[in-house]
Amino acid sequence: MIEMPAIDWLTAVVFAPLAGAILAFLLPRQAHWVGVGAVVLTALMASALVLQVLTEGAVVTPLGNWGAPLGIDLRADGLSATLMAMTTGVGLLVSLGALNSYAHHRAPERMRRYFWPLWLLLLSGLNGVYLSTDLFNLYVMLEVISLAAVGLTVLSGRIEAVRAGLEYMYASILGALLFLLGVGFVYLELGRLDFAGLLAAPPSPALGAALALMVAGLALKTALFPLHVWLPQAHANATAPASALLSALVVKASLYIVLRLAQYLLPLSEVLVALIGLLGVGAILWGSIQALRAERLKLLVAWSTVAQIGLVFVAFARAGADGVAESWKAAALLMLAHAIAKAAMFLAAGRIKEEIGHDRIRELDRSPVRPTLAQLSFALAAISLVGLPPSLGFAGKWILMEGAMTSGYWHWIAVTMIATMLSVAYFSRVLTGFLRFDRQRTTVGEHQGWALADAAPLTLALCALGLGLLAAPILAFMNIGYPFGGAP
Amino acid sequence: MNNASLLPLIILLIPLCAAPVLLALPERSAGLRTAINLGAALVKVLLVAWLSWKVSQGVIYDLRWTVLPGLDLNLQADPLAILFIALSAVLWLITTVYAVGYLEKGPHRARFFGFFSLCVAATVGIALAGNLFTFLLFYEMLTLATYPLVIHYGTAAALRAGRIYLIYTLGGGLVLLLGTLGLWVLAGSTDFVPGGILEGVAEDTPLAAQLLFAVLIIGLGVKAAMVPLHSWLPVAMVAPAPVSALLHAVAVVKAGAFGIIRVVYEVYGIETAQALGLTTALAVLAAITILYGSIRALGQDDIKRRLAWSTVSQVSYIALGVALASPIAAMGALAHLIHQGIMKITLFMVAGNLAEGLGIKQVSRMNGVGLIMPGSMAAFTLAALGMIGLPPLAGFVSKWYLAAGGLDAGQGWVIPLLLGSSLLNAAYFLPMLHRAWFRQPDAAPQDAPVRRPIGWMLAAPPTATAALVLVAGGLANAPFSPLEWTRFIVTLEYSAEAF
Amino acid sequence: MSTGLIFGLTGLGVFVVGLCGALVLVDPLRRVLALKLCSVGAGFMLVVAAWKAPPEAPDPVPHALVITGIVVMISATAVALALIRRLHTLEHEHHD
Repeated sequence: MIEMPAIDWLTAVVFAPLAGAILAFLLPRQAHWVGVGAVVLTALMASALVLQVLTEGAVVTPLGNWGAPLGIDLRADGLSATLMAMTTGVGLLVSLGALNSYAHHRAPERMRRYFWPLWLLLLSGLNGVYLSTDLFNLYVMLEVISLAAVGLTVLSGRIEAVRAGLEYMYASILGALLFLLGVGFVYLELGRLDFAGLLAAPPSPALGAALALMVAGLALKTALFPLHVWLPQAHANATAPASALLSALVVKASLYIVLRLAQYLLPLSEVLVALIGLLGVGAILWGSIQALRAERLKLLVAWSTVAQIGLVFVAFARAGADGVAESWKAAALLMLAHAIAKAAMFLAAGRIKEEIGHDRIRELDRSPVRPTLAQLSFALAAISLVGLPPSLGFAGKWILMEGAMTSGYWHWIAVTMIATMLSVAYFSRVLTGFLRFDRQRTTVGEHQGWALADAAPLTLALCALGLGLLAAPILAFMNIGYPFGGAP
Repeated sequence: MNNASLLPLIILLIPLCAAPVLLALPERSAGLRTAINLGAALVKVLLVAWLSWKVSQGVIYDLRWTVLPGLDLNLQADPLAILFIALSAVLWLITTVYAVGYLEKGPHRARFFGFFSLCVAATVGIALAGNLFTFLLFYEMLTLATYPLVIHYGTAAALRAGRIYLIYTLGGGLVLLLGTLGLWVLAGSTDFVPGGILEGVAEDTPLAAQLLFAVLIIGLGVKAAMVPLHSWLPVAMVAPAPVSALLHAVAVVKAGAFGIIRVVYEVYGIETAQALGLTTALAVLAAITILYGSIRALGQDDIKRRLAWSTVSQVSYIALGVALASPIAAMGALAHLIHQGIMKITLFMVAGNLAEGLGIKQVSRMNGVGLIMPGSMAAFTLAALGMIGLPPLAGFVSKWYLAAGGLDAGQGWVIPLLLGSSLLNAAYFLPMLHRAWFRQPDAAPQDAPVRRPIGWMLAAPPTATAALVLVAGGLANAPFSPLEWTRFIVTLEYSAEAF
Repeated sequence: MSTGLIFGLTGLGVFVVGLCGALVLVDPLRRVLALKLCSVGAGFMLVVAAWKAPPEAPDPVPHALVITGIVVMISATAVALALIRRLHTLEHEHHD
């Protein structure tokens, strides 16, 4: 009897967007329909994969049936599936926003034509990272992501964007090469690169050096202070949907790899942990200060990303050399929360700029138009990023602080609280600007700024807020396949 | 008997769902807005009445939703919750009428009523919170919802007040978050349980329990405006009168005071708190606040500012009564939660009427206003006399029980404290009354604003609350009076032999 | 000193030279070249990993990895060069 081969969702979620990217590139006139179609299809496949993980536990596919260590395995455990679901879900909503934003005749032809192939390529790369199980494959996927992300950065074609994109490109290549050098070290030492092989390896100086190199490369790619210099300009000058994708999704891929390296390769050494924690604190302070000083809305949002990435690294550092499972959960939840809320925030910022015509924070309250729904989305996203209950960001901070308090790490609690206060300070600059006070007591042009395009940021913002109520099941799902427990 | 019906959730959802609708309504559809406002407030009053009836029959409502492993959002309708929720429901209805009248022609009414409604939802949540975690959620929500109300006028002073308000209250919220975490780590639970959950911890690590108490009281004391965390309150009086009224009577300061009640009785338990020496510390803090607030009120010429300092003083009566660790004082404290609310809301609404109708904002310009606005000033007089503690008004009842409780607990120093405070109350209220009733009106200065007749929507609410002041005091022993309800609560919080 | 170590150190040295260049240089084209140098260094390390004393045949896996790496780097360089050209044109227009 011949068994029906079950559809292999792992391969599908990587290759479907890739095929979409090629198709969208070949059919520029239909690019947006191809694009949205491919994203929807990928989202459906991702849901199927999530269901499969939920019912069967971790899923593994050897590509071409070669098998590790020679071949390439794709594996989805709870953590991978969560991040993949996050990517496709956020991506789907950003796509809907983009559909509207690039549909206008104002948008140059180039944007409409190239956004979709680039974004689909990015999606393919991101899913590839989350499902990869060997280091070299991760390197390739990182490069795929870099190329697509740089393309998205310069999409507007403005001089600032191209300049920022070039800086981003340098940082990205250098980060990938540092990673590659680390990969070389690992191969020299162990003769294999698959996760399962790494897990069995005894710690050695060469592996320590390899880990340090790879973490340095990833820190550059994820813009950890002081390697963040490329990020604010790149994220602030891209078009809104592109910024949303870059800030919400792209930086998460590198963070995810740090998580996996610490899980499979080596527990991070004391020195590395201290350094990461210190840099995280630096990122929080510097990012917040710059956000407080920023004069433009999108720049403020971009700087806030620097600060929030710092917090995720603090969560890593809090995990300490012994890799306390709770802190990894905190880091993962914070990543998830940041992705959803930041996508909402960048889309909302884009909508506000579109309606008002500028994004100077000082003059936000002087506009005759009030894009109320976009402002509401921005405010809700800010609540989650600040970490007020019941948002997803709060759940992450709660676990982080709970763990820190249980182990008596009071300095990490202080850092988290300072980060929270600073984020309130810089977001309240914007939120106060949303409350328009006209001294003449006239009601001008209220409620003009509603559009279908507000649906995407609003949905994302509501998710960022509401998913906090589902933090317990999300955590349980992430733990499928024991990504935090070490032994698979 | 525990009941899992959704009634508490529905009461919470009414203002919560009204808020986005009100925010989305166009500015011009004033009629629809008023209808939604009043309709929601009325339905809420009815549902709360129904809930109170059920709770008085011994039913406890308990709804749970797990957020993180072991950590629940919990809505619980117990007698203490009813006390606060009833206050919020009744005063929301009255303040809504007043606010509709007050802001009739003003700008941004959609925004105002939207956030107003959100603020009320937060208050309901605070009342119904069954554990400190849930309490924290609504405590933060209250901060966010009141901020746009405080800066409603958008003037430089309002924005400055808003900034100070936000720094204090969000800072307080963060400290409370720290306290909640600490409680969770120490006790493994944040539930409000009569008798407390920290008995074991207090025996093993008394220092940790004492530190935690300090953290919690700082977090709550900010909103309750206890010295030295009070500075935001007198500044925040730049808000429109209905907002000040609600802030001082139900929403913000009471949320802090209510939190203190919950923490002392249901997190620590009165006996544990007493054993750790915490009640004494709290009582001293409250006493300082009572005196300091009254003394500062004396020197204020701005009417609303004087009332604000009076709030600083009066709200700490609640903390004092809780800290005296006597069931009788506890009754006084809980009754004062209600009594101070109805008295202070009356005073603020009349202050708003003086400003709206006559353009008078200073005590020194109150000469003869009693003759111009007899109705409003009569209400003001009743409430002010109640604040001083004249029998048979509401304020007298709470002060009487506080004093009796002080004697009962062997804390004789409370009597001179209360007497001194009442003298100070008289010293800052009586001159206002004297000016209003017994002095000739000033000749109108040239820059005096035009007198505007105030409509019934501004006149009726303070009259109604003033009547409540009289009723709550005069009929204090009738069933379902605030005082009788507090007796019901206190029997639950104190073990039987304490009575 | 074994052959492997000499080659390895050379690879590392090339990488470090490239790294310094990428961090210090200002001219966009030179920075790209510096990054290319980094990639050569990293590739070197992988080739060293493949090397085995004759008569044993070298390990084919790192070779495959190096080839992939070269392909990736070529595309990255191409994109970087395209961006530099674009920026050049834009700056030119800007000044006119």
